[in-house]
Amino acid sequence: MTKGGLLPKGFERPTVLASPSDSGVQEKYEEVKSSSKTIVLRISKFNPEKDQRTTFLEFTVPYQRWTTVLDAILEVKNNYDHSIGVRYSCRQATCGSCGMIINGKPKLACFTKISELDSDVVTVEPMNNFPVIRDLAVGFERMISTHKRIKPYIIREDSEISSGTKEFLQTPEDVEKYIQFASCIKCGLCNSACPTMATDSTFIGPQGLAQAYRYIADNRDQGKDERLKIIDERHGIWGCHFAGSCSQVCPKGVDPAMGIQMLRGYLLGYRK
Amino acid sequence: MDKDRKEGIRGMANPGRYGIERVAYWLMRITGLGLLFYFIGHIYETSSLLDGKAAWNSMLELTQTTEGHIFLTLVIGMCVFHTGNGIRLMIAQSGFGLGKPRRPDYPYTPSSLNMKNKLCIYVTIGLAALAMMYGLGVMYDV
Ligand code: HEM
Ligand code: SF4
Ligand code: FES
Repeated sequence: MTKGGLLPKGFERPTVLASPSDSGVQEKYEEVKSSSKTIVLRISKFNPEKDQRTTFLEFTVPYQRWTTVLDAILEVKNNYDHSIGVRYSCRQATCGSCGMIINGKPKLACFTKISELDSDVVTVEPMNNFPVIRDLAVGFERMISTHKRIKPYIIREDSEISSGTKEFLQTPEDVEKYIQFASCIKCGLCNSACPTMATDSTFIGPQGLAQAYRYIADNRDQGKDERLKIIDERHGIWGCHFAGSCSQVCPKGVDPAMGIQMLRGYLLGYRK
Repeated sequence: MDKDRKEGIRGMANPGRYGIERVAYWLMRITGLGLLFYFIGHIYETSSLLDGKAAWNSMLELTQTTEGHIFLTLVIGMCVFHTGNGIRLMIAQSGFGLGKPRRPDYPYTPSSLNMKNKLCIYVTIGLAALAMMYGLGVMYDV
């Protein structure tokens, strides 16, 4: 990466990393710097308030083995074009804000290294099946509201926080039944990859359906019937055709496709 | 359009990006629609029986051409794939053969896209190809 490119003002790394007596380190640094390769980064530009059509800006960006797509976008944003609209926060696949289409596939920009893409051109576009706010940032309103619709919380009469009660105990086996689905970071990559989502804008989508399973599979929860009623409709669970693309792209191993088919098991009477 | 980023039918017509399961999804749609068209055509074809033997025979002759043979070969392939994959889907969509939920570990290979399902898809495509070859053999008397 070029000097200081990715660090906020005041935090720039010194050009000389080591004292002259430590020449081994200095040489290593020079070697790494000169061996840095470049890619052409194509960034989708579209402002719904002004533009009719999407255009692409192209930048030549240096990268190292560890440079992520988000690093490269921020390099461009810091040094060449401040106007690029991109959303990110954690930079470690935890907050779920940096989902985008990278070379045709939905991925987290902070969790995708340039080197793993194996391509001299990296094209970044906003996720499919979400409305664009600007450039690479898309609106999550609909996904968050469908997420809320499936009641993403433990439903039961008693509570572990009222006085005189204890916390609900679970065995490791009980936890194993839902913990994978609890890893969802609401990044929306699954909804972006889903072929039903692509044609049906009222479909609940893999994100919401997988969360319905997450709570139903939790043995502290008693809201199974309530939730099954919500998803038992054409634009709910029956919109899934098990194309599996949600699970293919999920960066957290949630496997929404599995959760959805398990939910169908309940509705078809094969599971209790 | 650019604002909503809806992938639409384009997303369906571009099955190569998400692995064999998405290809199977696409083939299932195409073969389902193909069979539906065939089924309608088939009712029309057999209804010619009502117009007597000559009408029926002239209808049959349509299938004795090269185009007719290619069409019937496609129908055979569509039937075999749609039925085979349909059975896999009915089992999987009832919640069977997907593996068990577990604590996710990097690199997070999704257990629902397991080898059993992949093998089923490959075998079904293979069987469809074999059935098409057999059909061609019968039609061309080899
Ligand atoms: C034993 C034979 C058959 C089996 C086991 C079968 C099974 C299935 C299944 C499970 C689906 C749902 C696929 C999904 O969830 O995406 C489906 C869809 C469909 N089938 Fe069949 N089917 C058979 C025969 C037929 C025939 C003879 C026709 C035509 C007349 C047909 C037309 C369709 C159509 C149009 C669809 C919708 C396509 C889609 O949603 O992807 N099927 N079939
Ligand atoms: S299920 Fe996976 S891909 Fe979908 S929103 Fe959650 S973390 Fe993202
Ligand atoms: S920046 Fe948080 S998930 Fe990428």
